[in-house]
Amino acid sequence: MPAGGPFRILVCIKQVPKAQELQVDPKTQTLKRVGVPSEINPPDANALEFALRIKDRMPAEIIVLSMGPTSFDESLERSIGMGADRAVLLTDRILGGSDTVPTAHALSETIKKIGGYDLILCGEETTDASTGHVGPGIAGHLDIPQITYISEIDIVDGKVHARRTAEDGSEWWEAAMPCLVTVNFGCNKPRAPTLSGKIRVKRGGVIVHWSCADVGIDPNKVGLKNSPTIVAKVDTVHLPPRARKLFHGEPPEAVAGLLKALVEDGVIRP
Amino acid sequence: MAERFDAIVVGAGPAGSAAALALAREKFSVLLVERGRAVGAKNMFGGRVYAWPLFELLPEWEKDCPIERFVTKESLVFLSGEASLSIQFDRPRASTDRASSFTALRPRFDEWLAKKAEAAGAMLITGIKVDDLLMEGGRARGVVAGPDKIPADLVVIAEGAMGPLARKAGLLPDMKPESVAVGVKETVELPAATIQERFNIGEKEGAAVVYAGDASMGLRGGGFLYTNKASLSLGLVVSSEDLARKKVEVQAVMERFRLHPSVQRLIKGGKVSEYSAHLVPELGLGMKARYVGDGVLLAGDAAGFLINNGYTFRGVDLAIASGIAAARAAVDARARGDYSAAGLASYARHLRALNVLTDLETFRATGGYLKNERLFALYPKLLLGITEKVYTVDGSGKERISEIVLDEMKGKAPLLKMLKDLLDGARSM
Amino acid sequence: MTGIHHNPLEGKSHFRGVWVFLEGRKGALRDVSIQLIGEGRRIADRGGVPLTGVLPGHDVEALARHAIGYGLDRVIVVDHPLLEIYRSRPFTKVMATLITRHKPEIVLYGASKNGRDLGGRLHAVLETGLAADCVKFDIDEEGNLDMIRPSFGGKSLAHILCKQHRPQMASARRNVFLAPPHDPTRHGEVVRETVDLSEADLDAKLLEFKEFVREGGVRPDEAEVVVSGGYGLGDPKYFGMLQDLADLLGGAVAASRKAVDSGWIPKEFQVGQTGMTVRPKVYFAIGISGAVQHLAGMQESDKIVAINLDPKAAIFEIADYGIVGDLFQVVPEFIRQLKELKAGRGPLIAPLATIA
Ligand SMILES: Cc1cc2nc3c(=O)[nH]c(=O)nc-3n(C[C@H](O)[C@H](O)[C@H](O)COP(=O)(O)OP(=O)(O)OC[C@H]3O[C@@H](n4cnc5c(N)ncnc54)[C@H](O)[C@@H]3O)c2cc1C
Ligand SMILES: Cc1cc2nc3c(=O)[nH]c(=O)nc-3n(C[C@H](O)[C@H](O)[C@H](O)COP(=O)(O)OP(=O)(O)OC[C@H]3O[C@@H](n4cnc5c(N)ncnc54)[C@H](O)[C@@H]3O)c2cc1C
Ligand SMILES: Nc1ncnc2c1ncn2[C@@H]1O[C@H](COP(=O)(O)O)[C@@H](O)[C@H]1O
Repeated sequence: MPAGGPFRILVCIKQVPKAQELQVDPKTQTLKRVGVPSEINPPDANALEFALRIKDRMPAEIIVLSMGPTSFDESLERSIGMGADRAVLLTDRILGGSDTVPTAHALSETIKKIGGYDLILCGEETTDASTGHVGPGIAGHLDIPQITYISEIDIVDGKVHARRTAEDGSEWWEAAMPCLVTVNFGCNKPRAPTLSGKIRVKRGGVIVHWSCADVGIDPNKVGLKNSPTIVAKVDTVHLPPRARKLFHGEPPEAVAGLLKALVEDGVIRP
Repeated sequence: MAERFDAIVVGAGPAGSAAALALAREKFSVLLVERGRAVGAKNMFGGRVYAWPLFELLPEWEKDCPIERFVTKESLVFLSGEASLSIQFDRPRASTDRASSFTALRPRFDEWLAKKAEAAGAMLITGIKVDDLLMEGGRARGVVAGPDKIPADLVVIAEGAMGPLARKAGLLPDMKPESVAVGVKETVELPAATIQERFNIGEKEGAAVVYAGDASMGLRGGGFLYTNKASLSLGLVVSSEDLARKKVEVQAVMERFRLHPSVQRLIKGGKVSEYSAHLVPELGLGMKARYVGDGVLLAGDAAGFLINNGYTFRGVDLAIASGIAAARAAVDARARGDYSAAGLASYARHLRALNVLTDLETFRATGGYLKNERLFALYPKLLLGITEKVYTVDGSGKERISEIVLDEMKGKAPLLKMLKDLLDGARSM
Repeated sequence: MTGIHHNPLEGKSHFRGVWVFLEGRKGALRDVSIQLIGEGRRIADRGGVPLTGVLPGHDVEALARHAIGYGLDRVIVVDHPLLEIYRSRPFTKVMATLITRHKPEIVLYGASKNGRDLGGRLHAVLETGLAADCVKFDIDEEGNLDMIRPSFGGKSLAHILCKQHRPQMASARRNVFLAPPHDPTRHGEVVRETVDLSEADLDAKLLEFKEFVREGGVRPDEAEVVVSGGYGLGDPKYFGMLQDLADLLGGAVAASRKAVDSGWIPKEFQVGQTGMTVRPKVYFAIGISGAVQHLAGMQESDKIVAINLDPKAAIFEIADYGIVGDLFQVVPEFIRQLKELKAGRGPLIAPLATIA
């Protein structure tokens, strides 16, 4: 824990198109994205909720951090409404097209500039990029411990205890702070924004916008040009068309119809 | 940082936004809280606004107010079976005046008014429901929302009809079936040109139609139809007591109404884009709301400021006017440094000055008038029966009108009772 | 640790060979590592370069020898007590050191939790590209690895290239590549390497490990029939009903993430983007809304049957058959009718071999 300062939690959030709204146009087989409302990347909301729960138990300051266009303010405002103390948006045109390498770099530089942090919370992955690489990438840059895919977290004697879910079991890890964890989607129920939180947003002054120059980020390390990976092309997946046949009527009738169809298809032996 | 405001207004409907706007102008620090995610998103109404209080509140209102059409054509239509009888009144208008009225869509109108309040300095917060009044020593001292208690000198409850806060504040008696009606409305989309042609109106002109008789399957209440730019607002307001008593769903009444040939003709080919239902405080002052309490005022529907007398439906104008009056009362209270019920007592005077109370008192009897079922079931039928006979020439010999009338009425209602009903009706209108 | 690409194109030609990160567990290789050896072999052969496995661990020499049998040319072993179990920092340090030392052109990881944990940290430290969750690899005309991964929950496939930075790194999804056969006679080299590790690298401590206990029965990703339950079940006890249905059909039970997150059924039964991918003959989605992340794990099933109360549920859009109704009525009725059908005869589902 840094001497003197309050216990400081940073939460990295990204604004993404609402997951439920991401649907493929059955005709064109392309993703419907226009007019799709945005939300806080769902696991990031779970990460923020963990931060708020820690703050419910002990004095702490929560700073939400995001990199993206100014439209991300919507999610930062929501975070403040939920109870975060303030928010930093790293926003700069030269950041456009960054893949996970420059993103992790830029976020870690911003984190260094904020300084005095004890705990960094990320989501397990985003619903739009879904790599889960940014969180560990930040930890790597900052050279601090990381615990990924956690579903529970506690601060015990100045150390982080977190339960990680791996494929074959659940693991309780302990790490010294500062430390970065990535939080599983759905492991808690993010709280709703409150009236006083929303008033704080309206009063202003809780969200700052920083450019790369403000942070001192080298323009030669970010953006599309400085991203190791490029998306060369995107193929739409042409899934075999489905019959989409509905069986109506009371359950006995509907089920009989379904069963008959499965038998006719040779799935169930007559 | 503990937040506090001079005044907190609950609900950004017409009453709340008007109150917040007027209060902010008087240099009150104002918090306007709306539970909808966006102002007006879930609100509904028939669709017609009487403009007069806007002249008080926003002299320049017409500049950017989201007006759909000015009402230049009024019709009253009696329905019976397949037939209908209409009375029509045209008043083309060159410019707006205090007697003008227009059609509007709630989401846009409410948003417009709330933005005006915001521009005047009120803090507008959406997506938050006020759960309770913050009560201290028997008087309101702010609001409670979720985990927050936000103090204020004055709370203006503008939560709309049958809101729980007014009741919690002890200002509203418990809801009785006879004190509410159910309003349903659907929006039917039609091209502007089609609307203009069907209603025989110009580009900016609009029509307002009120239906009686079969519109409500003989239940007390009536139907309405307003023309927007490119849609029609079609709906019904019916007594919830009757619905319960006759065990009919309001949707069924609505279905029947929209299928009536005289309605069908107007909405034919349109696409229903929206359907909603809402409560309407039906008794006006008869509801016996106390609209002033210690540290709290009721405005708009929350106070029962609504007039529905069968041919005009006024809620929004009274809501706005009551919002203005609430702000004036607050100014008086501030001057006295007393926000108790006594300090806020001038609310009644200001309401009266804006003719809110006076109009309501004039129509006080309407509640009772609307209680009379004959007016909604029997008489429209009678009227249509008579009319039909008058206009029927089938070679069977023509009776004189007076004979037709007597003939139709025979056995349906005693003549004296009918006379009394009509007189009562006339008096309350 | 600094990046090793600093003068990108200039150094590119020094990078050679394909590496596969081998994840050991309890003295065995994870299945995804084995699957990756097969795919790595294919890629290495196309480029005419050797295929190397990298196995950090403790006492893993025997495992390294065994791994060669799947098609590796050599295995680099880093043996150290600190590498006994997977830990982010020491593993990152080992991989970064080896990569800097040997300059492989391609490094592949299994997209397991540990694989992503490692890859994510490592790629930032090395400042090179890492494509997540690939399902297919190719080589483009310039000789770059074409890393193909689903985007937006499998609605589309993105081709990712890493042109200027080396190594090109990717993680690959489990169960999309076929495990190669094991040839115990295969010859290969086991190379022991050392990387400086000290207690200082032990920045996180495993306090407790609770293994998920898998009950017997068919695994969903190997079953012909999968009966999957979602949040619509409302209570864990109704998985018993789904089990009855699965038993009748000789299938396995699985679940949506929301059912898993609710603690109704262990994580290992989760189907979807962050769970497993299944491709059964029939997939029953019961009380599952059909979120993209769920579809990602089951949309390649031969037949999809959806039972859901909500006629607008997205699951119906990709279902062959659907019943809009209450699962608590439909499923018991389905079980009843199946029992009737089954009365006095063999299995309802034809064994795989007999299917034309
Ligand atoms: C079918 C129908 C047709 C009508 N037709 C007409 C017509 O043509 N012309 C006319 O003038 N009037 C009409 N009215 C009446 C008119 O809609 C109302 O009189 C008017 O809307 C009252 O305004 P208000 O501001 O008092 O309440 P409302 O408009 O009901 O607004 C109340 C607001 O408060 C919010 N709110 C409620 N509780 C809380 C809380 N606890 N915390 C935060 N926010 C809260 C609500 O979300 C809402 O936005 C009609 C009504 C109906 C139902
Ligand atoms: C990063 C990330 C990764 C994710 N990975 C995965 C993943 O791998 N796998 C996965 O599944 N999800 C995943 N999700 C979650 C996914 O977005 C959805 O939240 C989840 O799939 C929803 O589960 P569900 O369909 O069971 O629940 P819901 O969406 O709540 O749907 C329940 C359904 O049950 C129906 N229902 C309710 N009662 C009844 C009844 N009596 N009869 C019939 N039907 C009924 C309802 O109509 C509804 O459609 C992920 C999300 C994120 C953000
Ligand atoms: N642009 C961003 N701004 C802030 N945090 C981000 C951003 N992108 C990713 N993250 C964080 O990194 C996590 C993993 O993201 P990803 O690697 O894109 O799947 C997210 O859940 C966020 O916590």
